[in-house]
Amino acid sequence: MRTKAVNEVALAFPSQSRNEGFARSTAAGFAAQMDPTLNELEDIKTAVSEAVTNAIVHGYPDSIGPVTMKLRILPGNVLELTVKDHGRGIPDVDKARQPMFTTGGEERSGMGFTIMESFMDKVTVRSAVNKGTTVVMRKKLAPRLKQ
Amino acid sequence: MEIRTKSADRNLLLELSGELDHHGARSALRELEEALDAALPRKLVLDLSGITFMDSSGIALILRAQQKMQLLDGSLLVRGVPPQARRVLDAAGISRFVTIKSLSAN
Repeated sequence: MRTKAVNEVALAFPSQSRNEGFARSTAAGFAAQMDPTLNELEDIKTAVSEAVTNAIVHGYPDSIGPVTMKLRILPGNVLELTVKDHGRGIPDVDKARQPMFTTGGEERSGMGFTIMESFMDKVTVRSAVNKGTTVVMRKKLAPRLKQ
Repeated sequence: MEIRTKSADRNLLLELSGELDHHGARSALRELEEALDAALPRKLVLDLSGITFMDSSGIALILRAQQKMQLLDGSLLVRGVPPQARRVLDAAGISRFVTIKSLSAN
């Protein structure tokens, strides 16, 4: 069942690494309306960076393809981030989520999913070989007293 | 992403500033390797106090530096680590392998 969003925005961009910073800033800008703490904003930026980098490095290792990012605010002050590519896909998602596992060579650490899981409340990964990968992450932001 | 290199008496200091993500880490890895090959240091210090954002790409850079220093039979210190970068390193358990000092501890 899909929860109705309080507010949502979608963004599509080509899988160029220069867009990693843009995706982070956009997510942080959208989340700002939830009155997050600085730590929460940094957590969101870090998780987005990992998911978008995965799409760029692993979704399209030898080409440039489309990446979409959807940001939704759900009831209960929950932020949902969806990063999707239509690239190569992950043959074994459980293996890919293990710490230190990487197929990305020495410039990757294999810690991307570990960090997403550590910084967000829930991370769901759906993938099909040669169809693409979708990562959905949710984080409940702490309620803050409004003056 | 910018790197300033200082080398003296087989001590090598790399001061990193800006955003250390996958986009920035590519050139940073290359500069690290070049600086290490030129200096062949006994001690390498990575100063992250100018880093405004870091993700797991920074972990790959630090682990690469650690590997290289082991080959050179030298030591690595990562210092000046800002809070966000520290949380990334802690989530990955990197302090088990590498000596790390946070920004406030310096």
